[in-house]
Amino acid sequence: MNRFTKSLLGAAFAGAAMVGSFSIAHAEGTIKIAFIDPLSGPFASTGNQGLSHYKFAAEELVNSKGGVLDGQKFEIVAFDNKISAKESLIQLKVAIDQGIRFIAQGNSSGVANAITDAVKKHNRRNPDQQVIFLNYSAVDPALTNDKCNFWHFRFDANADIKMDALTDVMAANEDIKKVYLIGQDYSFGKAVAAAAVKFLKAKRPDVEIVGNELHPIGKVKDFTPYARKIIASGADAMITGNWGSDMVGLGKAVIEAGFDNPIYTYYAASDGITKTFGEAGEGKLKLVMEGQLNPPVSDRAAAYTAKFEKQYPDYDIGQPRIANVIEMLAKAINKAGTATDMAKVAYALEGMEHDSIWGTKVVMRASDHQAIQDVHILAHTAKDVTFDFDNSGYGLRAESTVKMASADSATTCKMKRP
Amino acid sequence: MSEQNTSMAKSSASAQPLVPIKSALPWLAAIAFLLFLPVVFPSGAALTIMNQMAMTIIFALAYNMLLGQAGMLSFGHAVYMGLGGFFCMHLLNQVEYNELYLPLPLLPVFGGLFGLFFAFLIGSFSTRRAGTVFAMISLGVGELIAACSIIIVVFFGGEEGVSGDRTMGPEVFGFDFASQQEVYYLTAIWLILAALGMYLFSRTPIGRIANAVRDNEERAEFLGYSQRNVRWISFCASGFFCGIAGALFAINFEILTEENLNLATSGSILLITFLGGVGFFIGPVIGAVVFTLLQTVLSLYTEIWQLYLGILFVLTVMFFPAGLTGLLAMHLRPWKLGKIGLLANPYAKMLAPALVLVGSGVALMEILFHARHASLGEEEMNLFGITFNSQDWLPTIVVVAIGAGAFYLVRLLAPQVKEAWDMANHAEGQ
Amino acid sequence: MSLFIVNILDGLVTGLLLFMLCSGLTLIFSMMGVLNFAHASFYMLGAYFGYQISTYVGFWPGLILAPIIVGFIGAAVERYGLRRVHKFGHVPELIFTFGLALLIEEVVQYFWGKSQMAFEAPGVLKFAAFSIAGNAFPAYKVFMIFIAMGVFLVLLYILTKTRIGMIIQAALSYPETVQNLGHNVPMIFMGVFGVGTAMAAIAGVIAGPVLGTFPGMAVLLGSIVFVTIVIGGLGSLWGALVASLLIGWLQTFAAAYNLRMADLLVAIGLTEPVDVAQSMLSDLWTLTLPQVGPILPYLLMIIVLVIRPNGLLGKRET
Repeated sequence: MNRFTKSLLGAAFAGAAMVGSFSIAHAEGTIKIAFIDPLSGPFASTGNQGLSHYKFAAEELVNSKGGVLDGQKFEIVAFDNKISAKESLIQLKVAIDQGIRFIAQGNSSGVANAITDAVKKHNRRNPDQQVIFLNYSAVDPALTNDKCNFWHFRFDANADIKMDALTDVMAANEDIKKVYLIGQDYSFGKAVAAAAVKFLKAKRPDVEIVGNELHPIGKVKDFTPYARKIIASGADAMITGNWGSDMVGLGKAVIEAGFDNPIYTYYAASDGITKTFGEAGEGKLKLVMEGQLNPPVSDRAAAYTAKFEKQYPDYDIGQPRIANVIEMLAKAINKAGTATDMAKVAYALEGMEHDSIWGTKVVMRASDHQAIQDVHILAHTAKDVTFDFDNSGYGLRAESTVKMASADSATTCKMKRP
Repeated sequence: MSEQNTSMAKSSASAQPLVPIKSALPWLAAIAFLLFLPVVFPSGAALTIMNQMAMTIIFALAYNMLLGQAGMLSFGHAVYMGLGGFFCMHLLNQVEYNELYLPLPLLPVFGGLFGLFFAFLIGSFSTRRAGTVFAMISLGVGELIAACSIIIVVFFGGEEGVSGDRTMGPEVFGFDFASQQEVYYLTAIWLILAALGMYLFSRTPIGRIANAVRDNEERAEFLGYSQRNVRWISFCASGFFCGIAGALFAINFEILTEENLNLATSGSILLITFLGGVGFFIGPVIGAVVFTLLQTVLSLYTEIWQLYLGILFVLTVMFFPAGLTGLLAMHLRPWKLGKIGLLANPYAKMLAPALVLVGSGVALMEILFHARHASLGEEEMNLFGITFNSQDWLPTIVVVAIGAGAFYLVRLLAPQVKEAWDMANHAEGQ
Repeated sequence: MSLFIVNILDGLVTGLLLFMLCSGLTLIFSMMGVLNFAHASFYMLGAYFGYQISTYVGFWPGLILAPIIVGFIGAAVERYGLRRVHKFGHVPELIFTFGLALLIEEVVQYFWGKSQMAFEAPGVLKFAAFSIAGNAFPAYKVFMIFIAMGVFLVLLYILTKTRIGMIIQAALSYPETVQNLGHNVPMIFMGVFGVGTAMAAIAGVIAGPVLGTFPGMAVLLGSIVFVTIVIGGLGSLWGALVASLLIGWLQTFAAAYNLRMADLLVAIGLTEPVDVAQSMLSDLWTLTLPQVGPILPYLLMIIVLVIRPNGLLGKRET
């Protein structure tokens, strides 16, 4: 190496040095919640939709009512994790460095697993700057079972609970004799299939499972061959946990191939999916979800949704539970009397009972930090829809409700408390 | 493999100084700089990003052993870093649960050996030919192993990946590597070792012959060197250093996922290396630093950072195929001629309009993006400290006008720069 | 049996669609000696332009206009991008098209966002042409088959029967000689590149409503397209046709039949562990054909390249 490359080396490291100097200015005296989710890349629309709901909920449900404690406001700070586990951990470090103690994340159970593990290690290694992980969407049952930890709270119903509710409804439908299960080949898809088999066997032993298969995630260009199998099997209902383009591809292929029976799903709404299905999904697509937008459960819920839709016309309330996250966190901070001692806040959140804006009671079960709430079966339809999705005229209307779904379900969680 | 080459390098160094004393100076400076960095930036996030940079540097340097030095274009190189990392993660778990005795600082050696093993295995058939065949096989192998990582859950942990805890091993000199600072120093030491190893490899006869094979396979073959074996050896050496990077990843993030193996990761290392400059040893280092900074810092400020990255990359390939380092190296000749001063004046004149031109381009894209995607009640946007309404036409018109003005100035000044450039590159008496 | 026939037809649709991309790509390869990594991105651009035009004036004008627009974009890319990079050598060319693929994906997201577009098949074709044992075969897919066949026949006719086709074929093999005969070879190259990308765009417009119009569509198809032409033999039009159909059927049948690894293992004399879930080899025992379907083309490519580096019908060394 010569003089020239040496100075280059110097320049390179000077560039590296800049890294440490970045920081974003924040208003003082606010309680910051780090929102770590994809804001760029293929899942950005889901991430941005969640972010806008967080911002809206913080403003609407907490800040405009005078904040928490002695008037402290909530502030949502967004971090783009590009739906990568590695980037999430980097952003988690950045967030903690900025003094943020509440971490909200939801898209991808893989990322949630990485974060809950990192949070556990971080809190053990740095007892003076502990953080709480508010999981608002990742539904892998393991997070509140084998992999549970004290700092993790899940506000969505997990995959098992949703399947429990879904099979309750299916069991009551005598027309269903043959069910086809299909899902993406990874932990969540497998969890959905396993839960479906378990619950169907228990509730309707006469129902035949005519297909149970997994397809590679995000790699199938054309779902037609799968659709052919489903038709040929004579199934009169199908269950899938697919999301994103895998959901659209599968759903469209199945309907196009002439499937005329209910398709029970977890994630077939909003983010362009509702619009893409449009008329073809009418009467076929059924979603299992917490939070009911149509018909509105109360004037308060209707006003809240209407205001959100007005402020963010391109987005929907695709994840109603975010309102619960914000309200319950505010309650816990008030109850603990602190927004800095995380153990106290976590204890306040544990076991909390909350009357949600969506008309359900939400209980943060102490044994595994899984929220127990009403779960609905919603139909994709254009009839009697007050709040549509994707501005398409189509939306989700509640067909049936399972009160406090799986409230007494077992958990394998052995919580270690500080 | 590389140890062997390094020792070869040392033995021949006695006959003819392979590494002149003068060359050691930048390395010492780099070591001092790396030791000094955490004093300036002690925060956990900065340390994490610096660690990330260090790993990317090792990975990019190892990649350039193929692309730059042996002329082999691989579209699936994440495999070797990822597999090294996965094996190390399992070793860490063995340490935690089965009381395997393995001090953490030695883990990268094993990562390297795993990388080497797989490079040896896959290289045995993929390096038979160079060019498109090699590139396509690397793509196929990359896709296959990335797909396997989802299917073989026992080893790869499905999409959740495999995680572990680095602090469970025996303490080394009283360090348990719980703090980010200790991990930083561990990573920095391995960065120096690996970079030195790769630098020395490029100086060994085998490294030189790799260059010869890259430039003309047939001639190298006639000189008595099996072009295939030369490629295979380069491939194995590259795999070894990728494995080291993978082990460092395991130590740093304590988790490995499918992402470590997939095509996107393989693609970005190609991008990084090419951006930095494939023709120079230092090129990938610069590429890795710039890319990590762009990825981490730029994404804090703008949602469309990937678009900027794409534009930067395509422009680099089109206009500066030697990369950022090549751009700087162009100035080597004027400097040696002592005429670098001639360029100072035109460059200074050019600087302001060029910056304004880039700035207005960025502003235009940001405004249009904001206007298209902003939600109601958020029409206000902030750009370079100025707040305005993106739905108005006025800001767009102003930006276009400024950009056009800057473009005119750049066009006006370009001949001056060219003239000064020719002058500065013209040696006396020629 | 009826399912088998339906799968044959579905595989044919997939294969022909693939061929519309591969034929253009393989022509471009013969001409410039470089694989165009961004070829599938032009397919995506076709779908997006087709969608955008369809929102204003309907599907049919989009089918005509979108390929023309994309063809001009492709020609511009050749003229101002590739031709410039060409002098640096093959590796920078390949890297250029790789970068272009990334850039086009970002540009598409910049203008259309990240969500799936609601691109609909035209109303006149929204009925089941026929149905076999309850499985409907949409009229739109019949239409796709005809379009793809039509494009192939026109291409074949132009290349083999017309004067311009002769000049193109000659220019591919002996560019200097053709140049000396007074033909504008750079212009021919630009034209071939434009036509190749326009064909990808036609594929995009007709596939958009069926396979979905979203930013990931290029990546999803991109590497399969190279794999196909590499298997078929670079530069061989017939090779591309054979390989496209092969891959189309391979993928369709792999997804259609739930062959289980366990059956195979039992057949060769192994006994299935009682508690499969706890076994170290549980992944092997539970493996099914649809799970590995999408990686089969890659496996096939590696095998073909190791055994026969020229591909199935290729004549020239890659």
